[in-house]
Amino acid sequence: MSSATDGKGILVVPACCTSVVVGTAPKTSMRMPIVHVPFASAAAVASGLREALLVRGLEDKQVIVWAGDGGTADIGMASLSGAAEKNADIIYIMYDNEAYMNTGIQRSSSTPRGAWTTTTPIMGKTEPKKDVSRIMISHDVPYVATASIAYPHDFYNKLQTSLKIRGFRFIQLHSPCPVGWRFDDSLTVDVARMAVETGMWILYEYKNGVIEISNPSRYLIQQNKFKPIEEYIKIQGRFASVDENTLKGLYEYRNRNIEFLNKLAK
Amino acid sequence: MVITMKLVKTEDKLPISYPSEGAAGKTGTWRLERPIVNNEMCTRCYLCEIYCPGNVITVDKEGAHIDYNYCKGCGICVKVCPKNAIKMEPEEE
Repeated sequence: MSSATDGKGILVVPACCTSVVVGTAPKTSMRMPIVHVPFASAAAVASGLREALLVRGLEDKQVIVWAGDGGTADIGMASLSGAAEKNADIIYIMYDNEAYMNTGIQRSSSTPRGAWTTTTPIMGKTEPKKDVSRIMISHDVPYVATASIAYPHDFYNKLQTSLKIRGFRFIQLHSPCPVGWRFDDSLTVDVARMAVETGMWILYEYKNGVIEISNPSRYLIQQNKFKPIEEYIKIQGRFASVDENTLKGLYEYRNRNIEFLNKLAK
Repeated sequence: MVITMKLVKTEDKLPISYPSEGAAGKTGTWRLERPIVNNEMCTRCYLCEIYCPGNVITVDKEGAHIDYNYCKGCGICVKVCPKNAIKMEPEEE
């Protein structure tokens, strides 16, 4: 990311797994200026920073929020929605590992149906995943995209596209967590790719009011060549308690999502 | 009340802190298995460098090099290598 922004980015990190990884100044590991902020305030702090940079005449600098799914879909939702409504000139990247991982794998609203967490220990989560990207599209912001760590080039391109646009930009990055999803570390990229190939995660871009399905997902949707969801579920321990009903629910969720995107795509 | 705000164009530099040895020390000691690169099979496709979550692999003309001081041995590079040029071997120390 620091290479994409070419030394012109400022990172705002609310409480999430990343704040543990990068550490505090002067020993942060990102090669970018970092502001650590409380959970709910990330988007608000970023919009303020952006305004301050404009006052100082530093117009070419970019303020980027790097937040987890808990800090975005649950706790940070209010300030995120406020910043989007005001069309604050920031990039908001939500990396989605589908639970509160570093505090001990608690359920978040972004956790998919049927997934085990320490707060949904027996049946798994009974509600479907909250689709934050769709909420952001409803705010009518200039740019919304979904990305996956299995397709880094796709993510890099989307980041580059978003850097050229002014206004509120939102990218949701799907990133599996080996500890919380209960699979071996070495399978991380394979699980992320499987999510795209089974249609549980669809890559698209929303720009100028039009949704465009990105290349990895477009072929799968056109030919209807999605792999069965069972393959995605089988390699993750968190879906061990999924029964037939939940599986049917997951299929319905997937098909509805594809249908929705197809209607909006050109 | 009139609010006056001075527009000052300050120095075009942002404070950047660069990575150095953190509180966790050399995280390579967490590793149970060590990835070994066979540079004769390596085609310099840069996939391992891109996918490495620890950012410890650098690829140049001679092949892929791994910084074992910080490699935690997750094995993602082994899975993404299209030529199977990386193998995991048990750590002996």
